[in-house]
Amino acid sequence: MIEVNRKGEVWFFAEQEDESLNEVSLELCSKARELADRLKVPMCAVLVGWNVRELSYRLIAHGADKVYYVHDTRLENYRTQPYARSLVQLIHKHKPQIVLFGATALGRDLAPRVASEMRCGLTADCTDLEIGDYTDIKTKEVHKDLLMQVRPAFGGNIIATIINYDRWPQMATVREGVMRMIAADPKRSGQIVEERIEFNDFDLAVKLIERHREERKVNLKGARIIVAGGGGVGSKDNFALIHELAGVLGGAVGASRAAVDSGFIGKEHQVGQTGTTVRPALYVACGISGAVQHRAGMEESAKIIAINWDKDAPIFGVAHYGIVGDLNKVLPMMIKAIRARGSDAIAPEIKPEGVTAPAIR
Amino acid sequence: MAYQCVVCVKQVPDTANITGDAMKADGTVNRAALPTIFNPEDLHALEAALAIKERFGGTVTVLTMGPPTACEVLRECLYRGADRGILISDRRAAASDTLATSYILSQAVRKLGQYDFVFCGRQAIDGDTAQVGPQLAEKLEIAQVTYFEKLVDLTGQKVRIRRNVGNGWEVLEAKLPVLVTVIDTANEPRPAGARRVMRSKRCRSVLEIGAAVNAEMPSATDEQKKAEVEKRAGEMRSAGLLLEVWNLDDIKADLQWCGMSGSPTKVNRIQSIVLTKEGFTKVEATEAAVSKMVHELIVDHTLG
Repeated sequence: MIEVNRKGEVWFFAEQEDESLNEVSLELCSKARELADRLKVPMCAVLVGWNVRELSYRLIAHGADKVYYVHDTRLENYRTQPYARSLVQLIHKHKPQIVLFGATALGRDLAPRVASEMRCGLTADCTDLEIGDYTDIKTKEVHKDLLMQVRPAFGGNIIATIINYDRWPQMATVREGVMRMIAADPKRSGQIVEERIEFNDFDLAVKLIERHREERKVNLKGARIIVAGGGGVGSKDNFALIHELAGVLGGAVGASRAAVDSGFIGKEHQVGQTGTTVRPALYVACGISGAVQHRAGMEESAKIIAINWDKDAPIFGVAHYGIVGDLNKVLPMMIKAIRARGSDAIAPEIKPEGVTAPAIR
Repeated sequence: MAYQCVVCVKQVPDTANITGDAMKADGTVNRAALPTIFNPEDLHALEAALAIKERFGGTVTVLTMGPPTACEVLRECLYRGADRGILISDRRAAASDTLATSYILSQAVRKLGQYDFVFCGRQAIDGDTAQVGPQLAEKLEIAQVTYFEKLVDLTGQKVRIRRNVGNGWEVLEAKLPVLVTVIDTANEPRPAGARRVMRSKRCRSVLEIGAAVNAEMPSATDEQKKAEVEKRAGEMRSAGLLLEVWNLDDIKADLQWCGMSGSPTKVNRIQSIVLTKEGFTKVEATEAAVSKMVHELIVDHTLG
């Protein structure tokens, strides 16, 4: 029988590339801190790379008590096997009870390899994590302080809570952009523990021949305001109104899968389960019916305006403001109202000439 | 130089087209109400293997794990040019999570013997985990290259693959055998070939023959049914139309690593997606109302 360990530290894998931390690493750092506080155990980051010691200080400022730092020239660029070997050796040595990864391209390549070697459970793409107890229905045995791993499944139509109580560590990948990042405290102190890993020839057999990175052209994740269009926009030409509204609001343009599949706009704009998960201050959903896959990627937005001709569209279920009507009429009204707020944003009734909107009481 | 390719495919419920009957009142999924399809990215995995066979020679063997109805995806593979399809079907494999599934698949791949490539779709649309590929590679103790986009070079026992990592791409060089997961932008899956359909559409597995015999001979005794199944299976085998079925004993699987006992992840709770927000502010499609809304957003500092 496999030894179950529920006393160890809470860990997360700090993903870095080209000497900079992926944002999801800091989101994980905040979540791992919360879980570790609840369990009253230390929270530690695993940082793997070459000449990236500096990043440890940032991880500590964001909440890590300890950073296990694996420093090796052969780890400069990510390769599955030496990274997996590093994690597996460290897990065996220090026996953490929880290990988290970002559900990035890299995390989803690495975590399953590690979990398979550890023969432990792994839950993909979690949108929430908490600590809770579980009572086995048959044996009535109570498993205390388990990691409750919440994730959408079945194309986003159900939300499942997954646990694993008979193996360790408990592992999960966490979707980018859904965990709130807590502010850094530069005064926090922590420990950097340097680790050496032994690699064999098989670990190093895959060679990186060529590597090309491009800046993300569309920055949905960083946008404060997102104006998104769906299939209801009707055509590529009509999408101009979406771009115009985003322009006057200083926001980014998003899209539903239906709009992307219809060729109205590129895939890099897609919000939702298969696209980007966003939580802007304002999300304007135009002609988006609100399939669960889309809602899963935007419903955490602080404010949501939904515009749709169909009063029964599910998007209204997550909206704060709902406008039932024709986009081609409503969007120009919004553009006009926003332009009209003029220099005095608090008194929109002072309108430039030519604006016929009645004064606001 | 010819290459032996193995492709792992899955029959999945069509989660992109969920209809009203798909969710039961208790929030669980009514699988019976959902049409099943060939997992989309697995078609791209099959195409990658078929392209290697065409260019370099060799074979394409398809594995799928599932109930007897999963034979349909094996036939789809034969229609497109696969040489052999094998169904791994066993009640003891039910409730397998990704770890148990990858163990069972690894035992099946080992039974096949020599191979150069194992291709998988990146992920299946019913779980979206993308875990079985890397876990299968680990179980087989071979290298993995995920997110295959393009075959750059294949010479002798060395392959160079361009992989898409979201914010760019990279070319990896690996020694064979290697496991490759394929994304949907990698290639254009070929349609079924008419002559191949004619040749393979009558292919059946012994499980399907059994179901047909049960339906056609409801009043026959078990022994009569068994004899009929054996007779039909024998005819199919001599015509080269019998789809192979392997159970967990055939692949020498250690049962503690299969099904429920081999699956560390347990489902604690399932909720159907319910909308939690209680109503919203209705805004008329008039300039006055829209302007009032914009004003409110300015006041609460959402805008400006």
